Amino acid sequence: MNWITNYVRPRINSIFSRRETPDNLWTKCTECGTMLFHRELSDNLNVCTDCGHHMAITPRARMEALFDGGIFTEVETPEAIADPLQFKDQKKYPERVKIAQKKTGEKDAMLVVEGDIGRTSIVAAAQDFSFMGGSMGMNVGNAIVAGAQRAVELKRPFVLFSAAGGARMQEGILALMQMPRTTVAVQMLREAGLPYIVVLTHPTTGGVTASYAMLGDIQIAEPNALIAFAGTRVIEQTIGEKLPEGFQRAEYLLDHGMLDRVTKRTEMRAELITIVRMLLGLPPEVMGDLPAPTEAETEKVETPDETAKK
Amino acid sequence: MNNYLDFERPLAEIEGKAEELRALARRSEEMDVEDEASALDKKAAEMLVDLYKELTPWRKCQVARHPERPHCQDYINALFTDYTPLAGDRNFADDHAVMGGLARFNGRPVMVIGHEKGNDTKSRIERNFGMARPEGYRKATRLMEMADKFGLPVVTLVDTPGAYPGKGAEERGQSEAIARATEKCLQIGVPLVSVIIGEGGSGGAVAFATANSVAMLEHSIYSVISPEGCASILWKDAEKMREAAIALRLTAQDLTELGVADRIVNEPLGGAHRDRETAITAVGKEIEAMLVALENLSPKALITDRRQKYLDLGNKGLAA
Ligand SMILES: [Zn+2]
Repeated sequence: MNWITNYVRPRINSIFSRRETPDNLWTKCTECGTMLFHRELSDNLNVCTDCGHHMAITPRARMEALFDGGIFTEVETPEAIADPLQFKDQKKYPERVKIAQKKTGEKDAMLVVEGDIGRTSIVAAAQDFSFMGGSMGMNVGNAIVAGAQRAVELKRPFVLFSAAGGARMQEGILALMQMPRTTVAVQMLREAGLPYIVVLTHPTTGGVTASYAMLGDIQIAEPNALIAFAGTRVIEQTIGEKLPEGFQRAEYLLDHGMLDRVTKRTEMRAELITIVRMLLGLPPEVMGDLPAPTEAETEKVETPDETAKK
Repeated sequence: MNNYLDFERPLAEIEGKAEELRALARRSEEMDVEDEASALDKKAAEMLVDLYKELTPWRKCQVARHPERPHCQDYINALFTDYTPLAGDRNFADDHAVMGGLARFNGRPVMVIGHEKGNDTKSRIERNFGMARPEGYRKATRLMEMADKFGLPVVTLVDTPGAYPGKGAEERGQSEAIARATEKCLQIGVPLVSVIIGEGGSGGAVAFATANSVAMLEHSIYSVISPEGCASILWKDAEKMREAAIALRLTAQDLTELGVADRIVNEPLGGAHRDRETAITAVGKEIEAMLVALENLSPKALITDRRQKYLDLGNKGLAA
């Protein structure tokens, strides 16, 4: 096996897996209604090729697009007690978790990985809004703490993509306590002098915005992302008036001095590489073909079932 | 005379009856009602014990929000001397929902910060019902920084339904202001002790209560969301707040079991509002005890202690 097949495999794999769902070939843009060919849409990172609307993207697809050659390694995060309050509303909390796990194929709402972007090593985390609204419970807290600790251990920047409705109600006060807890994680990065970059994606609200998602050295948002502390409806009910167009959207926050930048998803990787390399005092990224990895690196990225086949 | 809560209605009836009888007796001299009235008093006293013996979580919420419950201002007036309010966030405004300033507590200079809900229509509006805007959190951040610089312990008194959900508050960075205040709580090398005196409403409370020691009044609450809010989201019915209050585990008793609160301050029978002086004195004792316990720790140890406390809240749960 040569290095090229190895390098491109994750992309090919993902294309194959997309083709396994033929009845899902067309997706309707939630903004402009244009029917978009599924593969074209995912190649454009779920940004509508017609109107530029940013639709949701899974943490894995995001990471695949972010890292060199789509290659990254997951960072282990400790598993918290499953149902700390034995919470029951109309459904039991563990049942809700099970449904979300089945739907997303993920253990919880935050994926933490490490790898290289533009040949710059980083640790990255991405929150999954489709997993119980991306809500922050102890597992999300664990993921952020583990990510920060890993970044400090490896002396790497930490890039976090947020997306959440807020704290996870079913973990009650323990979810709320992830606000100070994740703030401690941010402080670990600060004290180690490591860049902490937050990319706010649609939507990021509540206790998540009021903790780690607003404490980045650099705050970037995706276009039109809803970024808020209180919900729009709650505010309208409280003040008894309609809110202006674009209120609590990324561009509105940029205008009000709450963000550094609003950047398209398709330009995010290049921008992150540029920023991270400057913050680390590194020369600009070397463009062009990747040199062939060494034998040892080739070994590293082989998947277990391929090894079994040999 | 009392402002009764809905679950205290039977009590209100008996106390009202006793009062009525006595009023009647005052008007006609030959009437002797004292026996009957005292019997009613006795019954009322028993009922009060009964009602408060095991308050349901929702009833605790009601007691925690009682309009006559002692508020931040009352504690500052009674427990602190030389209180010198310090105003403003040096940026936009002074937020009256947050009180704060230099003061002496049992002689020692401290920085005291707290939410104030107000006690009549005028002051409630002025205080915005204890719902702080970004300026309130930024004022608190500024005061904590000053306390750190001059080595003064910080005492926070938490009593808020939550941060204010307003247009200007959002535009001026409500979430950033809360995040920075929480971060400041975790950074300062002086003792930081907090008492939840009424409502600990979500992020608006975390910004002040991320402390070395957190005490809760017996009938105070501290929660990720109000029971009404939780009910309307998860039960799709705000009237299911009783169920939500149980599920959320927001009482002082649950929170000490979970390691979020460290101590419970007992309230007088029938809640802090029935005997404000006793409640305030008990809180004073608790603040003193918390400060004394931290007095010999170095700045570094205080910071480490506080951070570890929150790092440890990643794998807690109630016993099955
Ligand atoms: Zn579109």
